[in-house]
Amino acid sequence: MSSTPALEIVALKKRYKNGVEALKGIDLTVQAGDFYALLGPNGAGKSTTIGIISSLVTKTSGQVKIFGYDLDRDLVKAKQQLGLVPQEFNFNPFETVLQIVVNQAGYYGLPRKKALTRAEKYLRILDLWDKRSSRARMLSGGMKRRLMIARALVHEPKLLILDEPTAGVDIELRRSMWDFLRQINQQGITIILTTHYLEEAEMLCRHIGIIQHGNLITNTSMRDLLANIESETIILDYEPLSKPIKLDGFTFVEVEPGTIEVKVNYKNNLNILFELLNEQEVKVVSMRNKTNRLEELFVDILRQGENRNESQNISQNVSQNANENGGVK
Amino acid sequence: MNSLYWIALKSIWRKEVTRFMRIWIQTLLPPVITMSLYFVIFGNLIGSRVGEMGGFSYMAFIVPGLIMMSVITNSYTNVCSSFFSAKFQHNIEELLVAPVPTHIIILGYVGGGVARGICTGVLVTIVSMLFVKYEVHSWFFIICTLLLTSILFSLAGLLNAVYAKSFDDISIVPTFVLTPLTYLGGVFYSLTLLPTFWQWVSKFNPIVYMINGFRYGFLGITDVSLLITFSILILFLVVLYFIVWKIIESGRGLRS
Repeated sequence: MSSTPALEIVALKKRYKNGVEALKGIDLTVQAGDFYALLGPNGAGKSTTIGIISSLVTKTSGQVKIFGYDLDRDLVKAKQQLGLVPQEFNFNPFETVLQIVVNQAGYYGLPRKKALTRAEKYLRILDLWDKRSSRARMLSGGMKRRLMIARALVHEPKLLILDEPTAGVDIELRRSMWDFLRQINQQGITIILTTHYLEEAEMLCRHIGIIQHGNLITNTSMRDLLANIESETIILDYEPLSKPIKLDGFTFVEVEPGTIEVKVNYKNNLNILFELLNEQEVKVVSMRNKTNRLEELFVDILRQGENRNESQNISQNVSQNANENGGVK
Repeated sequence: MNSLYWIALKSIWRKEVTRFMRIWIQTLLPPVITMSLYFVIFGNLIGSRVGEMGGFSYMAFIVPGLIMMSVITNSYTNVCSSFFSAKFQHNIEELLVAPVPTHIIILGYVGGGVARGICTGVLVTIVSMLFVKYEVHSWFFIICTLLLTSILFSLAGLLNAVYAKSFDDISIVPTFVLTPLTYLGGVFYSLTLLPTFWQWVSKFNPIVYMINGFRYGFLGITDVSLLITFSILILFLVVLYFIVWKIIESGRGLRS
């Protein structure tokens, strides 16, 4: 595997013409061969980051390198390394599936014959070959998503960026897409993925970055991140009792008769919880996680980021007032 | 690198030609029908009463202007609508993400506009032959004027598309600028018929020069100097190319 990072971002800033500061100086390195999740709430700056990497958005300042090629100095080489699957369908709906993929190959300099061979390869892998003569607008939502992946892969990029590739896709297709992405990652393609499905990020990605208010607030390995999880909320359904349940040492709420939500600290053992339930002769019918464990952590991280942001704003306001009033005396 | 650009250029051009060929009922057929009506009404019915103009039958006189009119309109419309649709549907991003320089994007789209302009010009010329017999004075001037004009108006269409934010914006220029300039550019009359003042005003209309150059190629007559005609055509072409390149390169309307 190459030692040159797949993506190097240094002090990347973006201020839009309307004054919105979408990125406030992001530093990010994604190693070659990685499967990286870029997460964040809507409007956090994920799409702006991807837009800058893929030359659809102009940066205000900072540096972006794709496999060592600087976007400012080696734009052509940098673009050749990259494949992009955007969030919205952005192909010509009146062109056929084959035309879309072959044209894209042509834009990357693949001769017609090679482009046709390559298009066939990826359309077959993504189960679209039978639809090659169909107009893109006639495809189902899932097929359109796969078409965008085929189009992004036709020039065989070393770095593939997928912006919410499974949004609105049914479970079966989502899982087959996961398998496919895992496969191409194993073959050496570095993948950066943005998603709102945290389960997806947990299942696929080895590293994770969280963007909030234009700052990268977390950038770590998935394993380290998950190690930070101290507790999980589980839901227990049980046969209702005449007397209320007592669970000393646990925080819990009764959602409805026969259902409780219990916060289980990893320091506590689940066995202790079940011992307590057994003592009260509670017959548990089912048990499940309230949310994906990463989701709880994600919300916590964002909340901490929000608090930091508020504190910064307050201190900025205080110093601004101090300056306006000629300094605090 | 050159082969990459050449293949990219061919890909854009092929895509553009496939597009207007696929919808030939909307792109190639209408100018043939419209021009046939012009030939019948202005050439045959009214023209027979007008008599000669510049030493030729009225029908023979208006043929070059009508061919040029269809070339101008089709070159302009092709690039304008195709590029704006690509912007509107966001499939222009396919090109912006790829290693395709701005010059290649311009040349590809302009190539598509020129192809449609020439296809239409050839079709209208074939139709005109059903109405009037004429001998070509100079193929060189016909080809030069045809190419320069279709390139120029393809560039103008591209400029319009880059600036356009809605479908209204791409119909305003053809309706309120292009059509009046074409009709007042001497398609149906010789400039010498106008009073001196209006002759002088007409010389600010670039289409006058294109129609004259083209008419010279067919009939060997012209209202203005050929040197001025080609100088103006080339000057407009260079200036327009530079403006279009500068605007696309800056990302206006294409990149945020």
